[in-house]
Amino acid sequence: MYDLQRPGADWELQFIIAGCAERQLPIEVVGSGTKRAIGRPVDGAVTVTTASLRGISLYEPNELVMSARAGTPLSQIEAELASHGQMLPFEPMDLAPAIGGPQGAQTIGAVFATNMSGARRILYGAARDHLIGVKGVNGRAELFQAGGRVMKNVTGYDVARGLTGSWGTLAVMTEVTFKVVPWPETAATVIYLGLPDDLAMELLATAMAMPVEVSGAVHLQAPVAARLAHPGLRSLNKSVTALRIENSASVVGGRKQRLQEALKIYGKSLELDHRETLEFWGELRRLSVMPNRHTLLWRISTKPTTAPKLVAAIKRYMPADAYYDWAGGLIWLEVPAAADAGTAEIRRVTAIHGGHAMLIRADATVRASVEVFQPPSPAVEKLTRGLKTAFDPAGILNPGRMYANL
Amino acid sequence: MTLSTMPHPDRSVLDRAASIVRGLEALVGAAGIISDDEGRRAFEADALTAYRQVPLAVVLPRSTEEVSKVLRYCQENRLKVVPRGSGTSLCGGALPAADSIVIGTSRMNRVLDADFVNRTITVETGITNLAITEAVSAEGFFYAPDPSSQLACTLGGNLAMNSGGAHCLKYGVTTNNVLGLKIVLMDGEIVEIGGSQLDAEGYDFLALIIGSEGQFGIVTEATLKIIPRPEAARPVMLGFNSCEAAGQCVAAIISSGIIPVAIEYMDRPAIAVCEDFAKAGYPLDVEALLIVEVEGYENEIPSLLSDIIQIARAYQPKVIEASTSAEHSARIWKGRKAAFGAMGRISDYYCMDGTIPLGRLPEVLSRIAQICAEHRLKVANVFHAGDGNLHPLILFNANDADEARRAELAGAEILKLCVAVGGCLTGEHGVGIEKRDLMEVQFTPTDLAVQMRIKSIFDPQWLLNPGKVFPLSASQSGERTEPEAA
Repeated sequence: MYDLQRPGADWELQFIIAGCAERQLPIEVVGSGTKRAIGRPVDGAVTVTTASLRGISLYEPNELVMSARAGTPLSQIEAELASHGQMLPFEPMDLAPAIGGPQGAQTIGAVFATNMSGARRILYGAARDHLIGVKGVNGRAELFQAGGRVMKNVTGYDVARGLTGSWGTLAVMTEVTFKVVPWPETAATVIYLGLPDDLAMELLATAMAMPVEVSGAVHLQAPVAARLAHPGLRSLNKSVTALRIENSASVVGGRKQRLQEALKIYGKSLELDHRETLEFWGELRRLSVMPNRHTLLWRISTKPTTAPKLVAAIKRYMPADAYYDWAGGLIWLEVPAAADAGTAEIRRVTAIHGGHAMLIRADATVRASVEVFQPPSPAVEKLTRGLKTAFDPAGILNPGRMYANL
Repeated sequence: MTLSTMPHPDRSVLDRAASIVRGLEALVGAAGIISDDEGRRAFEADALTAYRQVPLAVVLPRSTEEVSKVLRYCQENRLKVVPRGSGTSLCGGALPAADSIVIGTSRMNRVLDADFVNRTITVETGITNLAITEAVSAEGFFYAPDPSSQLACTLGGNLAMNSGGAHCLKYGVTTNNVLGLKIVLMDGEIVEIGGSQLDAEGYDFLALIIGSEGQFGIVTEATLKIIPRPEAARPVMLGFNSCEAAGQCVAAIISSGIIPVAIEYMDRPAIAVCEDFAKAGYPLDVEALLIVEVEGYENEIPSLLSDIIQIARAYQPKVIEASTSAEHSARIWKGRKAAFGAMGRISDYYCMDGTIPLGRLPEVLSRIAQICAEHRLKVANVFHAGDGNLHPLILFNANDADEARRAELAGAEILKLCVAVGGCLTGEHGVGIEKRDLMEVQFTPTDLAVQMRIKSIFDPQWLLNPGKVFPLSASQSGERTEPEAA
């Protein structure tokens, strides 16, 4: 039986959770459900969606702050921000093209609950860095708030930020408050072609060490670049290494030249103008270069200098195509389908080189049988279990979503 | 000031002092312990000097392993522990209890690894904030959080309080600049959280540990982001006839699309004191002075400054003075950076740290003036305007008990006002003992219970930094005693 609950108020959500806690009924927590195919499948007796907790409750453009009910669609948030020339700087990713499902449907609560940040994370920080306040209901059916609406706040523990990346396993957020920033006046992209991974990482590191404030630093291996929409880039059969600069118009041109000057040993560069820049990075934000096919998609976080070695090591075990984001600190890796998702090899290689790996795209049967999230060390596992118990002692919120036994 | 601050010391612990010191000596050697009266007295207070308490003993470990041994010993013997960096806390965060062991990190101050290619630095947490930047500046980098006490304060203290600084408008506070850390829990377990990569896996324990005011464990190492230093940074001074105009100007600058690295605000009394001390060239005939700093390449600065000035003109500034050179910039900043010290020369002061929504600035400033007048006290305001983090300095005479009490009362009223307008009790100094009893103004009992349960995961016996952050009535009972079976 599929029981879908759409609470329209905090007290309703409390009521539902209290009832489930009493009867030990597992709850699958979703926003609009666009990330249901990520993580371990949850066998919920009840599905609770925040979709009816909707609306922007506070927006002060002069203070760069917004509050919204957790189920507010991200598209609505971004449209409202854009009408005041502002944005969410961490460029939340829309994984729909990569995992299936409708584009543009994800909720703002889920953006923070999953802490999935896009390319601009290297300059502005992640989703978690922008969350300043949360209201939510925990597994004890308690309505609580943490943080607030001012951006400098060290009053008590940082519980709001502590909920980011918890995938609905600690509490159901009902309202989030976050920092926003003005859209930069203009943007430009500088592109280098045909570099092997290690040289590309060197190039990206050189750029990141300059005070030009690079707001995107990516490297797409040739097979990945061939999936770009940009006709000039997709047809070259070459890897694409791209740097984005966003700033006021008086600044962008000069900084672009400084970059090109410092990077001229890597060959001649191409440039994308403002419009092309928006399109190019928009594609990456939707991860449309890793389209939903019968392949697996891994997300690996590591040090930039380690990234190409890590990818090369995995390639000794299986074919793999990589898209490096965050100047190499984040690898989106496509590998062929396999019953164990290549987990053993990928985790072993990642352990040797340092970092962590998460399986993003795989069949539900695979996701139910392997560790989708990086298994924590024994010491961290103990803390993880303690935190889960503190918020959700009955273990009813998204049980098994992150870790099989939690 | 009122000194019903700490839980009653445990007599049985005080009676065992000599044997406890011997027990600790066995772990770290006699050189790692301070147990004589004079030595311990040096640790009796932090920068909130109104509160003083000599601890039972002070341990200065040299390694994570020593910290682990000492904490395990303390847990086994049910001894309270007060972690300490260099004792610059303005909220009593490092105030000892009479029956507590102070564990100071000052001997653990090495740079372990500076990785310029990956833009990280790994350090021991007894290092001073400024020393981190000094370790990477030759390569053109800096560590962004810059609390005013950066010359003295340690990274450990910054982690405990999630410290900010003047430049956090652009670069964020401590929690936004830490990638990984090594923390020793009360039972001696050494736990590594995060690493050198940008995103830590699993639950966001970095978020919970940073800002936990030394109540979760002792962080001994951390890996931090370092950022390429801009070629140039230059401020412009803008003087206004009213605080309303200054406040509106701040909002206009921020929403224009330019995020300056810093927007500092001083009111008339603060300007006078700072100018007298630093001869910074501040205008003395304005009600409010903004120092707005932009940064970038040298050739970009003039146009960035002129953009700011263009925006400011709509608010009829009486004074516009843009820095024209590095020396000029240093002079302008000298007054602001010396503000607290300069104020200290003329009077004792009580420094508040509430944050407010920027839109409420004019009304809050006038209410602050009113509150202080009602308590027959003077007040000066120096603060980070970009993020609404106020620092009203309530002037009083510490030798006058009644005046000190009035200062404390006025301070509490100001903080309640900050909460009432949608802000918070503390923006960057922390709760400590100072604001502990005001927590119920901002949080419901459930909100506090949610926080206290997290403390119990890390420190089930509540031995670490006792009597801080939560009202004593709450931390002495209730939620703290329910570490449930998993």
